[in-house]
Order: sequence, then C-alpha cells, then structure tokens
Amino acid sequence: MDSKLVVSPSPHVHSGESTSRLMFNVVLALMPAFAVSLYYFGIGALFVTLLSVLSCVLFEYLIQKFILKVQPTITDGSAIVTGLLLAFNVPSNLPWYIVVIGSLFAIGVAKMSFGGLGSNPFNPALAARVFMLISFPVQMTSWPLPIESRLKYIDAVTGPTPLAILKEGLKKGDTISQIADQIPSHLQLFMGVMGGSLGEISALALLIGFAWLLYKKVITWHIPISIFTTIFIFTGILWLVNPEKNADPIFHLLTGGVMIGAIYMATDYVTSPMHPKGMILFGIGIGLLTVIIRVWGAYPEGVSFAILIMNAFVPLINRYVKPKRFGEEVKRNG
Amino acid sequence: MLKTFAKGGVHPPENKFSANKPIEVLPLPAKVSIPVSQHIGAPATILVAKGDKVKVGQLIAQSAGFVSANIHSSVSGTVESIDPVLDSSGYKRPAITIVVEGDEWEPTIDRSPELKRNIDADAQTIIKKIAEAGIVGLGGATFPSHVKLSVPAGKKADVLIINGVECEPYLTSDHRLMLEKGHELMVGIQLLMRALGVDKAMIGIENNKPDAIKYLTEIAKEYSGITVHALKVKYPQGGEKQLIKALINREVPSGGLPIDIGAVVHNVGTAYAVYEAVQKNKPLFERVVTVTGKNLPKPSNFLVRIGTPVSDLIAAAGGLPDDTAKVVNGGPMMGKAVTDITVPVTKGTSGIIVFPAAESKRKAESVCIRCAKCVSACPMGLEPYLLIRMSQRMMFEKMEHERVLDCMECGSCSFECPANLPLLDYIRLGKTEVNKIIRARKN
Repeated sequence: MDSKLVVSPSPHVHSGESTSRLMFNVVLALMPAFAVSLYYFGIGALFVTLLSVLSCVLFEYLIQKFILKVQPTITDGSAIVTGLLLAFNVPSNLPWYIVVIGSLFAIGVAKMSFGGLGSNPFNPALAARVFMLISFPVQMTSWPLPIESRLKYIDAVTGPTPLAILKEGLKKGDTISQIADQIPSHLQLFMGVMGGSLGEISALALLIGFAWLLYKKVITWHIPISIFTTIFIFTGILWLVNPEKNADPIFHLLTGGVMIGAIYMATDYVTSPMHPKGMILFGIGIGLLTVIIRVWGAYPEGVSFAILIMNAFVPLINRYVKPKRFGEEVKRNG
Repeated sequence: MLKTFAKGGVHPPENKFSANKPIEVLPLPAKVSIPVSQHIGAPATILVAKGDKVKVGQLIAQSAGFVSANIHSSVSGTVESIDPVLDSSGYKRPAITIVVEGDEWEPTIDRSPELKRNIDADAQTIIKKIAEAGIVGLGGATFPSHVKLSVPAGKKADVLIINGVECEPYLTSDHRLMLEKGHELMVGIQLLMRALGVDKAMIGIENNKPDAIKYLTEIAKEYSGITVHALKVKYPQGGEKQLIKALINREVPSGGLPIDIGAVVHNVGTAYAVYEAVQKNKPLFERVVTVTGKNLPKPSNFLVRIGTPVSDLIAAAGGLPDDTAKVVNGGPMMGKAVTDITVPVTKGTSGIIVFPAAESKRKAESVCIRCAKCVSACPMGLEPYLLIRMSQRMMFEKMEHERVLDCMECGSCSFECPANLPLLDYIRLGKTEVNKIIRARKN
C-alpha cells in the first residue's frame, strides 16, 4: 500500500440507504394496487400508467438537460413515482393528451419550477390531478366500470363512483337506506369492485403496500394512521347523530382516495412535516378537511384538496411544532 | 422488553470480528512516542530531558492544572527526543519519544497477578491515587477521571453507572476486559463507589454480549451494591446521557452534567485502570486496543503500551491488507481517520479499524428529500436537516437557538441520510462558530 490514506470526518460507515432505493420501494409498494387495476380496468389502466410514467420521466429529463442545463437525475426514481401516482389518480379511460398535459404540469410546473426534487411545496401528482380536474372536468369524472371495461380504453362503459352516488342521492333528499342498493357492499369496496381512479380502488392492495413501506421503514405510521383515525371518528360521530343522512365511517375509509392519499400522497417526504408531532397534526388536518369537503362541499371527494391545503401548512408546522429536545428544561415563569 | 434510551438512535451492522479473541500482550515496540496531551484539558508539563533514562511507570509529564492528567513512561529506556510527533489528530503535537531498552518497571508497582480484593484506602486517597496514576476516561472521551469523582459542593451522587455498552461497531476491547478481568473490574467499581460515597452501582451492557452479561451477573453477587443490566442494542447507547436515560430514566439537562441529576458514569476500562492504580500502584501506561477490519487477516485484542505505533498493532494482526484505504482510530461512528499509520496509541485509543477502499470514500451527495430520517435518528431531539441549512448559510446564532451545542457528534444523522449529505460536518462547523460567538459574548 503506497498510496495515501483517505482522511474524512466521522462517521465512517453509512446505512447504504439512498433516494433511489426509497423510491424503488414505493414503486414496489404500489404494485399490488397496479395488479388490481389491471385486473379490473385492463388495457386502459396499462396504457394510462405506462404513458404517465414515461412522459413524467421524459419531461424531467428534457427540462433538466435543455432548460436547466444540469445533469439529469431521472435515475433517482422520483419521476417514476410521480408518474405512477398521477396515473393512479385518474380514470383509466382518460384520453392520452390529457395524461401528457397532466405529466407536464406535474413535472414542469409543480416540481421543476420550484427547484426540483426536495423543493416543491405541493405534491406534484396531486397538483397535476387538481389542475386536470379543473381543466378537463368531464373526462376527469367519467369512471369506467370495473371488469366490464377490461378490453376497452376510451370507449369504456362508465358509471358514477360510490361517493358520487351518495352525494347525488343525498342532494335529491334520499336517505342512506334508499340509496344503499346502488352502493357496493363493504367487502366489495375493500376489494376494489367499484368505479374510481385507476389505482385508488382496492383498499386491500393499498394496505399491503402500506405494510411493505412500514416494514422497509420508508415511511412511519404517523400520517396515514392519524388521517384514518380522524376520518373514522369525524364521520362516525356524524353517522351516530343521523345514520339516514350520513354514510358510516367504514364506507368513508374505503371509498375515494382515502387509502391512496393517506398512504402514498400525504406521506410524500418533500411535502409533509419533519417529525412525528407535526405529522400527526398534518394528518388530523387532512382528515378533517376531507370530511368537511365530502359532507358539506360541492365535490363528492376531497382528499386531493385536503392534502394540497395541508401541504401549504407544512412550513408553518415545521417552524412551530418542534421535537422535544433531550434534557429540555421546563420553562418556568419569572 | 430490554431497557434502552427513548429518543432516536440507529443500528449499524455490528461487525464485531474480534469478540472471541482473548486479549494478547503485544510485544514491546522498539520505540514509543508518548504525546503529552492525551486527555481533555491542559497538556501535561514535561519532566524529562533528552538523554534521560526512564523506567516503566515513571512520571514523565505532570498534570498542568485541575483538568489535566499525569503521563507516565510505558517503557524503560532512553529519552531520544522531545519534539512534536504526528498523532491521531492529524497534527504534530509535543511528545516524548523513548527508545526501548529492556523492561524495567518502577519497584513500587505490584506486578503479582493475585486479585487484591480488600480495600484499605479511603475516598480521598482513592481520588488522589487515580489522579496520580493519570487515569482518564478510557471509553474514548479521555476526560480526567479524578475530576469526575470530585463532586462539586452542593451536588450529590446517588448512583455510579458503569459503561460496558460498547455500542460502536467493530470494537471489542471492553467486551474482552469484562470477560477476562471481571473480578478486578468489580473491585475497581467498589473503589469508585467509595470515592463517590454511593452504595449503588449499575453496569449497563448491550445484549449482543450475552457471555459478559452472564459472567458479570454471576460474580456481581459476591460484591455488594453492584447490579448488571442487559440493554437493547442501539447506537449511541454508550453516550453518557443515553446510558443514564436507559438505566435510571433521568435526563441530564441541556448544557448540564450527569452529576446534576445524581449520576456519575465511568467506562469499564476506566474502572479496571482504577483497580490497578489503587490496589496495585500501577499508573496508566497500557490499555486494551481492538485491531480489526473486514479484510484484516487476524482481528485481535491487544494489551498495548501507550505510545506504541499503530503500525506495530496492524503488523501483529496480520499486516495491512492491500486494498486498505482508510485507518480509523476509535469506532467507525465517532473515530478519527489517521493520516499515517505510524501515529502512536494513546490513552483514548479503544480500537484501530482498517477499511478497504470500497468502504473508505463517501458516496456522492444528492439533494435533501426531507425524508426526516435524520430527525428520527437524532438521540438529542435535534433537527439535523435544519442545522445543515443554517450552517451552510452561516446562520450561527439561529443554530445556537436550535441547541446545536447539545449535539454530541454521534453521527447517527449522517449514517442514516439517504442523500449522503455531510450533516455532521456542517453541524461541527456550526458548533465551532457558536462556541466562538459565546466566547466573544463573555469578553
């Protein structure tokens, strides 16, 4: 050994964890939900998902290479996750150009214009979803029916989501028991037999992914569990007060974007708080806003808006909700 | 459920290759270089001159103040020079270089191997002997032990905590000492208990050393007031504050010392040195050092004279592997990378680790993705992601407000960071600058 020794400050070992490995585990965790989506929505799900992932990665590459003129970082996997989540939040019969426009908004506006990975205040996939919902309201709210639409893309047979059925029914003055026969059973909801965005339908598949993320220590339980608990308690109280005008709490947990939102979107590292106390506060906020929008708002579903609104509070939460320091002295007056 | 500390912590791969290797006495080196600043505090005042003959255990540099420590010759021979020598800090610092001639010990040292269990000395005598023997914290902190034992007026210790945690990966010197010198250790602990005036001592050992836990639990029955406690394996449990929290669930206040909450912590190596100093009249001039590494032919635990070149230890452990690119003095989490393997072993050298090239360089940094793993890892409840940003922007006053001085530099944040950010490097910079600001404020 003739060469000189490497001298660097401690620590001299590293966990081996990397951004790309974390992102890869998120992709893996989304695979059960993707499999369920392929089973129910078939070629539409496959096409929209592939297109969304490819265009997100491509836009990231092009923007970094030709506009920002930096070394492209597409290998970190974050654009793949954004593409997957974007696809999972749209109907499987969405026309291709809307998928591409949505991808461009997610990567170009919501992510890169704020400085890229780590600097974006809002979840790129959700920001794009809301942008698409406002720009293309018809296409974004026509939901292919599961199984029947397996071999169809644009021409898929569509129908309302359980949450839309509920909203419309209650608006007409119907009671829960009058619309109950139009709504799938809890077991069907749990398995994902319902109309909806292509990746949000199966609570079972999404919970399998949740277990994987917890096992791999990619995320902690704080955000998803505080969202679930808040929604369960809030809708539970409403249901107990008037079960004919309010759906039961299990229905609320299993429908719409609660599962995918709480497990995969709200836990986005960049746009969520930095320590457990803040995460719980963040989760409670999302839960409350979701129920308020669903029950009293104009839209049947409110998870996306709730998460985006709470994203805006993250800097405040990080500033004012601090972890308890070791050996922190109790502040005394005087 | 095994006890541990509550907040933060990480679990690096243990890699304790030398755990089953009994302590071997390293052959005498040809020459030793003994730095006069091997402890926290003022460098010792040199008492010898070039050409002087010295014996093993002879005082060659005297403590220069209350927080300072005596230094003794570890060999017999002739003082060759008193010049700065490169040490583990990377700087050349004053040291006494002695050419070894024979092995003649000071006659006052009791070299018999018999265990001396009866304690004659009173508290004052014990503390005095510890100070004379130049004992410092052998866990690596090297704070003079007699200072820790001199409880300030108005404060009182009620428990002595003995640190047998050895939470750093790779290191096994404390583990071997507990297995091979159990009774001496127990007598050392009793001496420390008498010096402090406490009747309770707790030994904390992580559960990856079941043989040491079993053996010490067994022999502790023969000594009153000493109990052994198995702890869940979690780094940095060997940190004083974390160990106290794990064992007696008290928190040392920010900026305070363990004595503020009635505890005093000493390492097992220190307790053994106290036994030798008080019962055998032997100053601290040798210690157990683990020499290890993934590709090192014979990972070992050696009893080494202070001042021996690290290269001698590596040679005795089978020689430096060809792919070596880094040599660390201490553990992999908190140790210092040395610039040259000729640096001397000092009182704080608990281990020497050789790293292959593949593990020597840091991986490329990427951007912070705000994953919060550093916040979860920090045992002090700090926010490393925030501190690095403040440090990079030179917002040092804000860093003080964020309690950067509570950081003990355990490295858990940098270890966990998926973006490979140099979190601790920037936090260290911040600590240095904050200390400057505080000093300026006092003047």
